[in-house]
Amino acid sequence: MISISVQAEDFDISQEYRQLQTDNTQVGGIAMFTGLVRDLTDNPLTAMHLEHYPGMTEASLQQTAEQAAERWPLIDIRIVHRIGKLTPGEQIVFVGVSSTHREAAFSACEFIMDILKTSAPFWKKELHQDGAGNWVDAKASDQQRAERWNDKN
Amino acid sequence: MKILFFGSLREQLGTGELQLPLPDGVNNIGELLAELKQRNAQWQQSLGTGTLLCAVNQVMASEAAAINDSDEVALFPPVTGG
Repeated sequence: MISISVQAEDFDISQEYRQLQTDNTQVGGIAMFTGLVRDLTDNPLTAMHLEHYPGMTEASLQQTAEQAAERWPLIDIRIVHRIGKLTPGEQIVFVGVSSTHREAAFSACEFIMDILKTSAPFWKKELHQDGAGNWVDAKASDQQRAERWNDKN
Repeated sequence: MKILFFGSLREQLGTGELQLPLPDGVNNIGELLAELKQRNAQWQQSLGTGTLLCAVNQVMASEAAAINDSDEVALFPPVTGG
């Protein structure tokens, strides 16, 4: 089953984990990834603002999850992505998948993050302590990571 | 038709949404972009970066994608979520 949530509120990983664990005894492994707002800039951040395209965002994440389910034998897929104002250290994204085997769980989790980074319509704006604001540029390395799934099984 | 702008593009253009009739002679996204660029120098510059992505009815599309008056078209810079 696929669960997608785009929300301003924080999420609870233990709750997400329990949803993936369920009582389905076919589940042999669960892989989870959590992304946090980091601050690597010389000009310290006060916050990050996450803009998105309501409607398309959910559809895009759903499509990515469906692509993962076609490639690997997965049982459940959960994606949570936050929007709005987030401060450094806060959780921003969660991907969790369950499968009978670990290889499928690890690969699908990585695949979903790689595709999400380059296709889900989110835009980050950094807000700095000195009052400056700048939009984050897309990285070529993220594009390359997404493209390597084109020719990989 | 409805045209949406997001992220840095929305800020540069000073608007997030346009409602207008499909301009005469416009059949695809590329032609719509050419039409919008004629508004002024700012639009010319912001829509001419060559890196913009587009969506038609909330699905990613290429500049060759056909559009009509009932479509929702979105233009935006490369995405940076996750």
